Amino acid sequence: MTVESTAGTATAAVPELVQLLTPEGERVEHPRFSLETTPEELRSIYRDLVLVRRFDGEATALQRQGELGLWASLLGQEAAQVGSGRAQRPGDWAFPTYREHGVAWCKGVDPLNLLGMFRGVNHGGWDPYEKNFQLYTIVIGSQTLHATGYAMGITKDGTDDAVVAYFGDGASSQGDVNEAFTFASVYNAPVVFFCQNNQWAISEPTERQTRVPLYQRAAGFGFPGVRVDGNDVLACLAVTRWALERARNGEGPTLIEAFTYRMGAHTTSDDPTRYRIADELEEWKLKDPIERVKAYLVHEEWADQEFFDAVDAESEQLARRVREGVRNMPDPDPTSIFENVYAEGHALVDEERAEYVAYAASFDGSEEVGEGR
Amino acid sequence: MSTATAPAAASGATTTLTMAQALNTALRDAMREDPTVLVMGEDVGTLGGVFRITDGLAAEFGADRCLDTPLAEAGILGSAVGMAMYGLRPVVELQFDAFAYPAFEQLLSHVAKMRNRTAGRLPLPITIRIPYGGGIGGVEHHSDSSEAYYAHTPGLHVLTPATVADGYGMLRAAIASDDPVVFLEPKRLYWSKDEIAPGPVEPIGRAVVRRQGTSATLLTYGPSLPVCLEAAEAAKAEGWDLAVVDLRSLTPFDDETVTAAVRATGRAVVVHEATGFGGPGAEIAARVTERCFHHLAAPVLRVTGFDIPYPPPMLERHHLPGVDRILDAVARLQWEQ
Ligand SMILES: Cc1ncc(C[n+]2csc(CCOP(=O)(O)OP(=O)(O)O)c2C)c(N)n1
Ligand SMILES: [Mg+2]
Repeated sequence: MTVESTAGTATAAVPELVQLLTPEGERVEHPRFSLETTPEELRSIYRDLVLVRRFDGEATALQRQGELGLWASLLGQEAAQVGSGRAQRPGDWAFPTYREHGVAWCKGVDPLNLLGMFRGVNHGGWDPYEKNFQLYTIVIGSQTLHATGYAMGITKDGTDDAVVAYFGDGASSQGDVNEAFTFASVYNAPVVFFCQNNQWAISEPTERQTRVPLYQRAAGFGFPGVRVDGNDVLACLAVTRWALERARNGEGPTLIEAFTYRMGAHTTSDDPTRYRIADELEEWKLKDPIERVKAYLVHEEWADQEFFDAVDAESEQLARRVREGVRNMPDPDPTSIFENVYAEGHALVDEERAEYVAYAASFDGSEEVGEGR
Repeated sequence: MSTATAPAAASGATTTLTMAQALNTALRDAMREDPTVLVMGEDVGTLGGVFRITDGLAAEFGADRCLDTPLAEAGILGSAVGMAMYGLRPVVELQFDAFAYPAFEQLLSHVAKMRNRTAGRLPLPITIRIPYGGGIGGVEHHSDSSEAYYAHTPGLHVLTPATVADGYGMLRAAIASDDPVVFLEPKRLYWSKDEIAPGPVEPIGRAVVRRQGTSATLLTYGPSLPVCLEAAEAAKAEGWDLAVVDLRSLTPFDDETVTAAVRATGRAVVVHEATGFGGPGAEIAARVTERCFHHLAAPVLRVTGFDIPYPPPMLERHHLPGVDRILDAVARLQWEQ
């Protein structure tokens, strides 16, 4: 199975795209990557995909209703995230961008916690150590170095945990990302670089970042790169498992380029009609990551209407819980801004906190404190 | 120095623009007048920038004078250095305040020092546009006020307009400057509207008194100017007649205007969003004290962002200097003496 390179004219070769499930829902074999799945596992994968999409859609709606300040939708990227997320064991670590809601779901982070920063009440509402899921990183590419360093730490203890560093096609241009490749390679770190090439970095197509398919970059750094159909959850699962196995076995880093598409706007602040044509969207709709799993389940008779209805009902329940949860999220305490700046008390911050408290008290609890007055 | 004139000059009439449009017009006029001027940055081409400051420039001047760059700020600024060495006049857009940090090494070690290292043989006429400051409910890394880092770096000019007219005039002057300019655009004022009157573009480096007053002098710049003007209005009810100075340029710093404005009232408060410790207000208060000591009835006070990482959107109003915090500081200027 092949795909046209979008990477300009520099490469004549059409890159290989690992695929195990076609857009039509047909199970195909790949010479290098195989996957055994039980009907039960497949149903569970389908459920993840549907719930993640429903959650994402609800967050977009909540932004429109003014309950969130911003949302970065993962629409179209569910398979890349659920596939790579499910490939991880609980001991493995994920270092996400701001769009990895599906990975968070697979790691067991409560989706409601993801919404705190988008509502504007915190910078990340979860404990990274609880589910081995780091905070979202907005500064493009930085987390790939953190992931690499964490993986270097793992080698000191000799456990067989591994790390997955998420980043985008745009991020591949950052110095940090290229330095992470270098460090991971030189130290043979157990890290998987998982690039979701969703074809766009805000308004810039991937051609603005690279003249070669991104997965080919790995060769120059001395580790393998694989391009996988990012809308094929089975292929993403199989290839990420393989890469994680390599990491566990001391074989070092891998670059996975999940070839996918950002179906929505960059964020709710963005207007993609200014820079991309609707045809592209229509083309990618035919490669929907969920429809193909459903078609496969139906074809194999591994799921009936009752199952699909139950998943839909569950997704509505999730949406309701998220909606109510967001609306009931308590406003943060103003004095919390002075917390966790330093480990210990700090003269300057403590002084400013005391001054602020006295100042706020002078308003006698009135709503007007600091409201531009 | 620039011989440019404001856009309405040709027709001799005033035009009403937003600050975003004024900046856009400044870029367009500079590109029309000087073929060596080019614009580069992330999303500046087809999209016209995330704030639309470069709207229409790619269409008018082509993709080789309005470059959508790869997503790498060190790359953007570093290659702008090379282009300037070649004889071009790059205007770089770094998308948000905190996303300028990956370019820090290029800025501090190369952009700022090139003239000095090359004994004046190699000036770098680069303008680095950075939307900065808070008040727009941005998620983390979208609201920093980083001016102190830049102002602390010899070799850089640091400008920040607060009015629509200055958006045009100061950007033209920055582009015309043969020295590198960090041009900080107060993003929450992008949509502010005002008239631009025709007239020659002023050289950079002068502060301007935006409001005359007799009781005390507010020294401010960028996003805090409208807040200070509002505070001055509100202060009337308390019996204070406040002067407001818009610094416009942090370096070069206009000691002359500032000193005169403070001596006239004998009391001063510096207001800015950036964190206070080691912030611009510290330098300004020191300079004012050095020059106005015997004219001062009270210590120079500062109203600034707290010394904390920029808080999440729901809490930013507590962090940002507002009218009440400014009046609170004015009240502490030892009136009882
Ligand atoms: C260092 C840095 N520069 C610029 C930005 C602004 N920005 C946010 S997302 C983005 C595009 C990222 O594209 P990509 O890496 O492909 O990820 P995607 O959003 O497509 O998932 C940009 C330029 C940023 N967050 N950090
Ligand atoms: Mg992308």
